[in-house]
Amino acid sequence: MSDTSLRLGQTRPEPAAQSRDGAEIVLDVRDLRVSYYTPRGPVRAVNGVSFTLRRGEAFGLVGESGSGKSTIALSLMQLIKPPGRIEGGQALLDGRDILALSEEEMRRLRLAEIALITQGAMNSLNPVMRIRDQIVDAWKDHGEPVNGREAEDRIRDLLRWVGLRPEVARMYPHELSGGMKQRAVIAIAISLRPKVIIADEPTSALDVVVQRQIMQTLRRIQRELGAAVILIGHDMGLMAQFVDRLGVMYAGKVVEVSPVRDIFKDPLHPYTQLLIASLPSLARKGQLQGIPGLPPSLLSPPPGCPFHPRCPFVMDRCRVAVPLLELKRPNRLVACHLYERDEEQA
Amino acid sequence: MTTLLEARKVTKVYGGGLFRRDRTVALEDFSLRIEPEPPSITAIVGESGSGKTTLARLLLGMTMPTSGAILYQGKDLRKLSRREWRAFRRDVQAIFQDPYEVYNPFYKVDHVLELPIRNFGLAHSRRERRAMIEEALHAVGLRPEETLGRYPHQLSGGQRQRIMVARALLLRPRLIIADEPVSMVDASLRATILGSLLKLNQEFGISLIYITHDLTTAYQVSQDIIVLYRGSVVEAGDVEQVVRDPQHPYTRLLVGSIPLPNPDRVWQGERVLGRPAGELKPIGSSYCKFHERCPFAMPMCIEQAPPLFQTDPRRVTACYLYREAPAIEPEELVGVFANGHREQAAPRPEVQREGGAGGAGS
Amino acid sequence: MIAVPVSLERTHDRIGRVLRGLRTYPMLTAGLLLLLLVLSISLIGPLFVPREGVQVGSAPPDQRPSREYLLGTDTVGRQILAIIIYGTPLTLQIGLIAGAIGLGVGMVFGFVAGYYGGALDHLFRGAADVFLTVPGLLILVVIATTFKGAVSVMTQALVVSALAWMYPTRTIRSQVLSMRERGYVQLAKLSGMSGPEIIVRELMPNLLPYLAASFVSAVSAAILASIGLEALGLGPQNEPTLGMTIYWSLYYTSVLRNLWWWWAPPIVMIVIIFVGLFLISAGLDQVANPRLRRAA
Repeated sequence: MSDTSLRLGQTRPEPAAQSRDGAEIVLDVRDLRVSYYTPRGPVRAVNGVSFTLRRGEAFGLVGESGSGKSTIALSLMQLIKPPGRIEGGQALLDGRDILALSEEEMRRLRLAEIALITQGAMNSLNPVMRIRDQIVDAWKDHGEPVNGREAEDRIRDLLRWVGLRPEVARMYPHELSGGMKQRAVIAIAISLRPKVIIADEPTSALDVVVQRQIMQTLRRIQRELGAAVILIGHDMGLMAQFVDRLGVMYAGKVVEVSPVRDIFKDPLHPYTQLLIASLPSLARKGQLQGIPGLPPSLLSPPPGCPFHPRCPFVMDRCRVAVPLLELKRPNRLVACHLYERDEEQA
Repeated sequence: MTTLLEARKVTKVYGGGLFRRDRTVALEDFSLRIEPEPPSITAIVGESGSGKTTLARLLLGMTMPTSGAILYQGKDLRKLSRREWRAFRRDVQAIFQDPYEVYNPFYKVDHVLELPIRNFGLAHSRRERRAMIEEALHAVGLRPEETLGRYPHQLSGGQRQRIMVARALLLRPRLIIADEPVSMVDASLRATILGSLLKLNQEFGISLIYITHDLTTAYQVSQDIIVLYRGSVVEAGDVEQVVRDPQHPYTRLLVGSIPLPNPDRVWQGERVLGRPAGELKPIGSSYCKFHERCPFAMPMCIEQAPPLFQTDPRRVTACYLYREAPAIEPEELVGVFANGHREQAAPRPEVQREGGAGGAGS
Repeated sequence: MIAVPVSLERTHDRIGRVLRGLRTYPMLTAGLLLLLLVLSISLIGPLFVPREGVQVGSAPPDQRPSREYLLGTDTVGRQILAIIIYGTPLTLQIGLIAGAIGLGVGMVFGFVAGYYGGALDHLFRGAADVFLTVPGLLILVVIATTFKGAVSVMTQALVVSALAWMYPTRTIRSQVLSMRERGYVQLAKLSGMSGPEIIVRELMPNLLPYLAASFVSAVSAAILASIGLEALGLGPQNEPTLGMTIYWSLYYTSVLRNLWWWWAPPIVMIVIIFVGLFLISAGLDQVANPRLRRAA
């Protein structure tokens, strides 16, 4: 039977800081809800998302546009601005709800404990500041030394860590290539050794060769820091190569969470199955198979399971009741009525 | 039978003039021929800076080559008469990467479908026009009632791109140049759109030039492939051979860097190649552009740009590692391709690789 | 676009949409209301006040405002109320004609220069730049003084329009430059559209707010220039335009003689017109640039 402590989707405050297999949990997101208020009404971008992040693990959040994954990244950093609003839920970083913190307190946390690398992060570098100045810019807020020998040494070590030559410190962003800029952004993000790094599509603007190099660097750094990484993206291939556990998002909800090998070998949720089946492969030429239908409107989502209009296994139940994300197999969470039936028969 | 579209020793240089330093060679000495029959599918693969976008613009007549020529039915684009230019526009159409930018926000999406019909006089009454549009939409799997009469912002990126495919089909061109048609579309819709493109080729007999940075979709869609690196062809030929048994060090790097959606197949990247050979400074203006990153670089690589060595009836590689094989002229490249002839498809090669992409079987 | 017969329901929709639109753009609405006020004075006024009032000697001179002469009379016996009612539309006319000519020329130059580039661009943009640097009023004075005899309203409009085209040329050109590389323009070319067709059907509709704003500022500038000329006495002498009224009031030293009912009304009218035009222009800016809109 499913363990009640892991019956996610309900806001019951939990004291547990350990996941089922005993690994330590560093970030526990519970029933996060975020909406954007548009002239046409509220858009429920994140509609009750829960997941846990273990210390030092690489966790992937994969979904297509409109699935809500980038909104989650911004919410965890409390960077959601009107017309967006965090409607509910908690995000416990080492037991402390970071969504409930004031801006003042949050500012102390950003970079020092939780950092964000955004999409097109290369464009978020200030074009008129040297790289070293941008690195120390963040340190000022955290009371770290900004000048002097110690600072210079730290900067040099940091750059070397991300695979950049020390000369880069004195350069301006326009003198660097796309890959180098991304490394600089990673350097800034890890400069204060955070516990959690959120990487939202960090390589989407880069070529495939550079992408691999950056991801290798990120993985190495993550291991050396002992930090946990949430990798957000839409590239299943990238997820397969980088993450330990993968969460699949659809229409603002998490529909499946599993160790990455399990998901690719035996996807449980119909959306995951169709998604993996639609991936073009290099192994052999075959039929190109997309997912029929259209992504749902977040303005007026369909009742019941958001995927039911496109699901090949749809049942009557699916049109009416929202399936909860529950533990159905060892270590595997899925939100689908198909597996409820399995349970009842068990 | 006159060649439908030909690029003959085309070079495109940006900048230059009085200020030598700004000179970028986007494409160098490129040749390609697309015959009208049978309908072929050619993929052009390259990363940013490879020259593939420049090539698309040149082939569409949106920009003119610095040297060499683009020929439509044997005539230089720059010398076409007004009527010949219209015929060119009818025969050669395009699908662009960005499904947002191509729509004029002032008009409903019907506008992009009506424009070609009106301008080329394809229909003689409103009803005929409407029928043509509906037929094209059906062909790409869209329902007219759900798409027509809407503004672009009311439709998803995938729908908009499919409308673009429908639009390209309306003119019944003989060649469609698709420049990264699915890179800005969600994963679940990519396969559908690529399927539509294949349908255009198989059912409507339209040749395709599929330009992309994504080797995997290129492999799925096309028969012939050209790999570009910094404006030059590094490898070309039958897609099965080039992708599953790459020869040129750059192609091997490219294939090795693809993240496979299979956690047990670890991407290798440079491990496939090893470390770059070291400092080699080119002397003249003709040298292999990949030499700086190539672990196999030799002195001859910087003395003269490698020609296309035909290592196989259906494949060429521009690398001195294969200098034993006979060299061919760029104009002869067309002979290496299947160009739509199914019987000429080469047998799938036996592949020995250490991990990386494309082992024999799945 | 496929034409659809207009039914009553659609008209209701349209009216509803217009009203909602007005509420979203308060500045635009306020400006339009002010201009409407000015226009109504010009349209309704003649029903109550006979035109003879603008003629010299139609009434006793230097009368203070009274029940008979609501805005009093000037030193040569013209009734100020009549002057305002019949003179304002003349000033507006000059502004509108000159503004229209300025915009028209500016559109041709701007679109051609921006879209085709090359030699044409150098030609038109260069001309605009040169004319912009020359002191405007000086040119107008020179042009105006070469006209012998009485100047008509139409002539005045033409004179002023000589300076109304440069700014529209520049703004339209820069807008076109940024739109030229847009995807839908490339697509239109591929669909067989010719240059002029693309300009009219693809570029212009997206520029409507800018064109309207350009028109409004051209009109403002034209009215200002014409009033400036008239105040110097270089306007249509026989017409009671606002500027000429100011000229005459200065000529007869109305300020020293404290004939406030002579110089104040034209100024009030001019202020209302300019504030109205400014609000419309700012409102159009909001329409063109959604970020300036109040969050709906």
